[in-house]
Amino acid sequence: MSTVEKVGGSVATYVDNRTGSNRFLARNLKKVFPDHWSFMLGEIALYSFIVVLLTGVFLTLFYKPSMVEVVYDGSYVPLKGVMMSEAYASTLDISFDVRGGLLIRQMHHWAALLFIAAMSVHMMRVFFTGAFRKPREFNWIIGVTLIALGLAAGFSGYSLPDDLLSGTGLQIARGIIQAIPIVGTWGAFLLFDGEFPGTEFISRLYGVHILLVPGLILALVTVHLMLVWVQKHTQFPGPGRTNNNVVGYPLMPIYMAKAGGFFFVVFGVITLIGGLVTVNPIWIFGPYTPDQVSAGSQPDWYIGWLDGMLRIMPNWETVLFGYTISWNIFLPAVVIPGIVFTAAALYPFLEAWATGDKRDHNLLDRPRNAPVRTGIGVMAITFYFLLFIGGGNDIIAITFDLSINSIIWFLRIAVIVGPPIAFLITKRICLGLQRRDREKLLHGYESGRILRLPHGEFIEVHEPLTPKERAVIESAVEAYHTPLPAAQKTDANGVRNKHYRRENLRAKLSHWFYGDAIVPPTYDEIEAGQAHVAHDAAIEAPLHEHDVDTTVMVPFHGGILHTEGEPATNREQLEERGGNL
Amino acid sequence: MKALAARRRNPVVVTLLLLVALLGVGGVYAVATSAAPAEATASNDQTAIDEGKRLYLEGCSSCHGLNAEGTSNGPTLIGVGAASVHFQVATGRMPMAAPGAQAGAKPPVYTDEEVAQMAAYIASLAPGPAIPTAEQLDYSDADVAEGGVLFRINCAQCHQAAGGGGALTQGKYAPSLMDATPQEIYEAMLTGPQNMPVFGDGTLTVEDKQAVIAYIMNLQEAPSPGGISLGRLGPVAEGLFLFAGVMVIFIGLAVWIGIKAR
Amino acid sequence: MSDLTTRDSAETPDHGHGPTTDGDGTDLARPLFTGPGALPAADVPHRPRASDVNPKAARRVERQIAAMFMLAVLMVILFVIAYVGIDPYTMAYVPVLGEVGAQNAALGFTFGLGVFAIGAGAIQWAKKLMPDVEVVQERHTMTSDAEETDAAAEQFERGKEESGFGQYRLIRRTLIAALALFPIPLVVLLRDLWSPKNGGFGPSPSEVLSETAWTEGMPIVTDGTYVKIRPEEIPVGGLVSALPENINEIQEEEHNLNARGKAAILLVRMEPDEIRSQQGEGWDFEGIVAYSKICTHVGCPIALYEHRTHHLLCPCHQSTFDLADAGNVIFGPAARRMPQLPIGVNEEGFLVAKMPFQEPVGPSFWERG
Repeated sequence: MSTVEKVGGSVATYVDNRTGSNRFLARNLKKVFPDHWSFMLGEIALYSFIVVLLTGVFLTLFYKPSMVEVVYDGSYVPLKGVMMSEAYASTLDISFDVRGGLLIRQMHHWAALLFIAAMSVHMMRVFFTGAFRKPREFNWIIGVTLIALGLAAGFSGYSLPDDLLSGTGLQIARGIIQAIPIVGTWGAFLLFDGEFPGTEFISRLYGVHILLVPGLILALVTVHLMLVWVQKHTQFPGPGRTNNNVVGYPLMPIYMAKAGGFFFVVFGVITLIGGLVTVNPIWIFGPYTPDQVSAGSQPDWYIGWLDGMLRIMPNWETVLFGYTISWNIFLPAVVIPGIVFTAAALYPFLEAWATGDKRDHNLLDRPRNAPVRTGIGVMAITFYFLLFIGGGNDIIAITFDLSINSIIWFLRIAVIVGPPIAFLITKRICLGLQRRDREKLLHGYESGRILRLPHGEFIEVHEPLTPKERAVIESAVEAYHTPLPAAQKTDANGVRNKHYRRENLRAKLSHWFYGDAIVPPTYDEIEAGQAHVAHDAAIEAPLHEHDVDTTVMVPFHGGILHTEGEPATNREQLEERGGNL
Repeated sequence: MKALAARRRNPVVVTLLLLVALLGVGGVYAVATSAAPAEATASNDQTAIDEGKRLYLEGCSSCHGLNAEGTSNGPTLIGVGAASVHFQVATGRMPMAAPGAQAGAKPPVYTDEEVAQMAAYIASLAPGPAIPTAEQLDYSDADVAEGGVLFRINCAQCHQAAGGGGALTQGKYAPSLMDATPQEIYEAMLTGPQNMPVFGDGTLTVEDKQAVIAYIMNLQEAPSPGGISLGRLGPVAEGLFLFAGVMVIFIGLAVWIGIKAR
Repeated sequence: MSDLTTRDSAETPDHGHGPTTDGDGTDLARPLFTGPGALPAADVPHRPRASDVNPKAARRVERQIAAMFMLAVLMVILFVIAYVGIDPYTMAYVPVLGEVGAQNAALGFTFGLGVFAIGAGAIQWAKKLMPDVEVVQERHTMTSDAEETDAAAEQFERGKEESGFGQYRLIRRTLIAALALFPIPLVVLLRDLWSPKNGGFGPSPSEVLSETAWTEGMPIVTDGTYVKIRPEEIPVGGLVSALPENINEIQEEEHNLNARGKAAILLVRMEPDEIRSQQGEGWDFEGIVAYSKICTHVGCPIALYEHRTHHLLCPCHQSTFDLADAGNVIFGPAARRMPQLPIGVNEEGFLVAKMPFQEPVGPSFWERG
């Protein structure tokens, strides 16, 4: 035993005597995690959040959250002598007068953009594979909350430099708060200490940005990971993978190295991009004053869909009993996002209720095996993407030489018509894939080789599935569900069913969810089908015996398989082998 | 009468008439320049005007009318001045290649000399903004920071804070300023081409215009301290890079981690 | 290790590195679970890596990983050199990147590559040298067993009994009342998030929002240069961003930009016969009209004025207003017209406001009516 190991051992003992850590280690160091590239998406989010925290601490050392107007006297010449807030001036100092400050600022911004992007893609993975199902509904809700918090963290950070772009964003946020019925005006005055822009808001937002929101994110991320730990990670179907096991690599050493290494990889790539690619060049935008604006004022990408909704909304406003309700702002900026996030958070419960599915699900669905869910997901993405286009409509107009007005009218219609179409197309594609899977399970792969049997019948040779393919495709059998039975108005004794309406709705939803699914074959049918395929292969096998010396197989006239240098017809071949094919 | 007619050809009379004419023109010129310094007519060289008129009738009159009075296809050019002609023709915006929401910049059709001749012709029709002088265009003493403030107040709302251009209504747009010359910028502010409003010398003085030009030139030449500039288009370009670049890199890396080694 | 089994061979505990292969370099995993509810497990060939069977290849991988870690060491050294040695203000031409800040690029490149190399080395180590044999672990349902559930319920009941929570009705009700009121101070304390400076409760938000710095006879000055404007200085087709003359004094007095955010206006001039309508009779001056610069949608400053169409476009959400037609909305999400400021000239011939704005400027709010 080396000295290092001895020291390590005694430290472990010291800690264990006081915390019982060895018991935990003994149980958990061997913990198994399944391997799949898409399971790394959440890790990207986690690691970019750590980078955000580290770089953020550095930035707090130099940033001044103050709206006091000062005259800039730093080294960026085109702003020398210009009046600006201390917040903006200190951000310029970080960018130009603190060595490495620009690198850290850009890393912070890129990592923040990446954090939300990775969370979003991770959420899509979880949704499309049904990983949110029992027992993981809580973690799904935590995830949705984390995305909402991510937006808050991002937007508050975007607003802190107090440049022309971020100030415009705050002005819009203020307008939105003011549009909330009844409490909006007072709410806005309280938050901003009076009118816009006031002198307090940046410092208030600073507290939110560096303490409140990251604190909540950190707490929820911890719970999120603990739940993953306790519940064990889901896995994709595969050979030997069941609902009751985890097949993968142990934490120690494989995942220590892979996940730990991936942290450094994420850190490294963010650093490279922070050093090589500009993000948010605030010095170009200039200091914020409420009477200036730049064309192409955009929020960061994750707010784009909200801004897009605000842009394409028709201009509805009503005055009722002397009070104004700004539907044109309140609906797209408050009500619809609220509905979207609530619906997202509740989706696991809605689906479980509609399908009546109460089982644990540790084996992931292939998206095609849940066509309605996949359709809903693609529908949501289409909706989001169209709104996102709306958020950049002016940039799109000038880049592609289009008219802003046409784009907005297109989007106003597409945002209503597009998602249902996307749903239908997706569902059809899924069902088509299900049909093909069924064929594969029953008949294997079509090899394209035609064989004529001795009695004259032509068959196409089918090749068996590999064990891995078979296990993956076979998961359709487990995923398949019949819809709930139709609700009855009265029971067998003629007593009225009090819950008829609810049960009827549920049965209809269940039918909608499962009704069109392609019935997968039973295990017996699969066995029979694969046996048949094996039988085909056996018939064809003698032809392959010659593969050893003559490797070129050529289809011959009449579709009979023919090996070069062999008799051309089956009959001749049969005769040569003594009638035994 | 015949005698009078005969005397007109007398060299002395011709000289006298020329003197009167020159004085007259000079006087008008002096009055015009004192009233509005920038509205001096460019050239009284008659041959240039004639040549300009010929070019005008060939290339422009179908839209702007035989006497530059304007038609349903093009506005009147009476009073737009030499600066406007130079801006529109030297940047290739005129003649328009095809009808559209807006005439875009393209390689110019006419030579510098031809542009000057057309400008002279249009300027001869009625007084209008003249082509800025070298002195007016000299922005070497201008305050870049002051220019930045004025740029953000007056220009950034359409041309974007980085001068990258922006969209207007119904397919119109404010063009990028990244290739604009000081003369073009000055002329555009003075004449308000297409839908751009006019920034008169009264409210945006010559010094102010020089400062704005100095700032735009600074934007054009400015290096990018943070790395690749992504066109300085702001969050849209950054978002695109994030998904098409960074996320693709990371998914590639995640796939690499997941692949079994050989 | 009871629930831990390697998938290729339980007989060879030295998984990954042991000679578990047969002649052609392929060994077969064993089916593990075939019980009810389980997918039929299948035999999967496990192919050993080059580094498993070929010691030379393993040495090569070892050197490769060590090289990555050495690269990280080198990059940290270069980072420090770049930090000390490169002037932060120099720009340098880098292919692909263009003319960029030299120090920023150098710091990001060295640090980033170094950190990346650490991660890449670790991952390569896991992939090439650590065992690549998948392991199976059983799951246990999250549900507690009946015994535990009963025990928990029992504990809870006991606690309830002992505390007497069900018994002391008065205590229970007063406790609920106390807890219900407990957060009120926390909310009340938020009232002074907005405190009007002159003490007391001051004007209401809607009163504040309805006033601007414009008063009768207030001269109009240009934004940025703050000079008074004569009407003849604005040509037809001209645009001027303007403010009230006393804007800087107000700002110095109030130490904020609030007044500017409400008082900013646009002056534009058109031929008088191009003005189709205005918000008040004679509110223009010889074709010069003044409109608020603050969008009535959510308050972006708005000055994208097209002088031939007289359209004013908001760069934030594309609301479009027609300044030749009383500032009415012709497109986009804004519901209200742009408020117009009535203007005239004073005895010195400068443009002034004839009276304050007649309606609140900027975005709508609940009490606006």
